[in-house]
Amino acid sequence: MFTLTSPIVRFNHVSYAYESKHALQDINLDIPTGAFLGLVGPNGGGKTTLIKLLLGLLKPQQGSIELFGEKIENFKKWNKIGFVSQKANSFNRGFPATVREVVSTGLTANVGYFRFFTKQHKQKVEHAVDLVGMKEYLDTNIGSLSGGQQQRIFIARSLVSDPSLLILDEPTVGIDTENVKKFYDLLHQLNEENNISLLLVSHDIGTMTKHANGIACLNKQLHFHGDTEAFARLSDNQLSNFYGHPLQVVTHQHEH
Amino acid sequence: MLNLFFTYDFLQNTFYTGLLIGLIGPLLGTFVVVRRLSLIADALSHVTLGGIAFGLFLEKKYGVLFLSPFYAGMGFSVVGSIFIERLRSVYKAYQELAIPIILSGGVGLSVIFISLADGFNTDLYGYLFGSVTAVSRNDLWSIVVITIIVLTVLFLFYKELFMLSFDEEHAVVSGIHSKRIHFIFIVLTALVISASIRIVGVLLVSALMTLPVAASIRIAKGFKQTIFFSVIFGELSVIIGLLTGYYFEIPPGGTIVLTSIIILILTIFSKKLWNYFTRKTVIQ
Ligand SMILES: Nc1ncnc2c1ncn2[C@@H]1O[C@H](COP(=O)(O)OP(=O)(O)OP(=O)(O)O)[C@@H](O)[C@H]1O
Ligand SMILES: [Mg+2]
Repeated sequence: MFTLTSPIVRFNHVSYAYESKHALQDINLDIPTGAFLGLVGPNGGGKTTLIKLLLGLLKPQQGSIELFGEKIENFKKWNKIGFVSQKANSFNRGFPATVREVVSTGLTANVGYFRFFTKQHKQKVEHAVDLVGMKEYLDTNIGSLSGGQQQRIFIARSLVSDPSLLILDEPTVGIDTENVKKFYDLLHQLNEENNISLLLVSHDIGTMTKHANGIACLNKQLHFHGDTEAFARLSDNQLSNFYGHPLQVVTHQHEH
Repeated sequence: MLNLFFTYDFLQNTFYTGLLIGLIGPLLGTFVVVRRLSLIADALSHVTLGGIAFGLFLEKKYGVLFLSPFYAGMGFSVVGSIFIERLRSVYKAYQELAIPIILSGGVGLSVIFISLADGFNTDLYGYLFGSVTAVSRNDLWSIVVITIIVLTVLFLFYKELFMLSFDEEHAVVSGIHSKRIHFIFIVLTALVISASIRIVGVLLVSALMTLPVAASIRIAKGFKQTIFFSVIFGELSVIIGLLTGYYFEIPPGGTIVLTSIIILILTIFSKKLWNYFTRKTVIQ
């Protein structure tokens, strides 16, 4: 079938500039179905910008974007894409909302205007919270959870609408190593058992090469896009060139 | 004491109005507080004052009756809310700038219309601090209509409003029409403020929308519960405030706000006591 072979995301010569400042130049990128793609690059390299373009929050000045085989201008099924923002953890901590209420907002757009949550929707919410291992916190206030736990809740919120693609912008910032490990386990489970394609931004190249099955390296231009083994074979010199400054990384061999 | 309120017509009007604003004030106030827009309520109440002054001016100069101060205030408040939205999108990085602009604009208009009307009208005192005797049957009916509008719209758009309040970026990414929803919300706020002003007064109307919520947030779990307790505290404040205000011949704005401050203090202390005792038992 055509839809199986076409990538879920396609960037076609995309450029973007804020006012006069170029953030992205001539990006060509395909993300195939089932990918676990790690997006790396220096601060200001344009990772968040790329994601905002993909989510339709910004419009490319040049080039075109296709999602699930459709031009982004015509794309309507936004519920197929889940997103956990780089700023997800900077919400108002005093906000009086339970985990249940927060995760429900992931369904608000699906349910639609002038319609109300049904029993099925409520079950979906519980299922998503269960999936991220936070079931016993359903009726706890979100503000009283730890940073790592909140991160899981935001993932549950993006999972509740059954997305085919999940985008995570630096989700492991401020999370301790033990929880980072659990977090990647969760991602593997989503990727392999639930068939969700993943696009993950992280500065932790080491951990990323251990888990992702593809890496894209972005610094204004897309300097590298390939499988993790090829990325691991890059010399430190080449990597430093991509980053524009010397870089020391410990790349791990892929575990699968 | 309570039966006095049912012997006189005007007290009846006040009492029913009190019950209605004790419901819609804290109800909408919960959204206002969690979105950190408490000061916008203040700005809008001052714009409403400008409208009221305009209405009083028309009444005094031309004896016009088609635009009572109540409706003039409501009109100004709604227009003011639209202005706030415009200003907020012009000054994206300085969203709070809209508040002093609108607030001072409201006070400026009030001063102009008051002096055009040749000085202070005795009514004005009631508009500033609230009044137990000022609500007419007609006002009451208007407030009933406002209450029905507010309840219906909140019921219909609850999930969108909640989502927008919790995480605006997420709402936008998901395709919620955040601008339109926010617009509806701010107009509702303007309506609630103009409905509450007769009883609580311009200077204290934002207190009715925020103090019960401040108390509720301390003890509630989740958003719906926060709304629930806010409304209970709001109703308590209005009922106790109206009765004591009438009894001591004090403008009810003062007594209502003081009652809600006492409730606020009680919730803070009861929470502290609760924590103290529960911690004790854990240590044992
Ligand atoms: N709203 C904005 N207005 C103007 N310039 C911006 C804006 N957002 C980003 N930029 C610029 O665009 C470039 C790319 O930013 P972007 O946020 O996409 O980088 P990033 O790769 O996500 O960085 P980080 O790793 O720090 O999150 C940077 O040079 C930044 O200064
Ligand atoms: Mg970023």
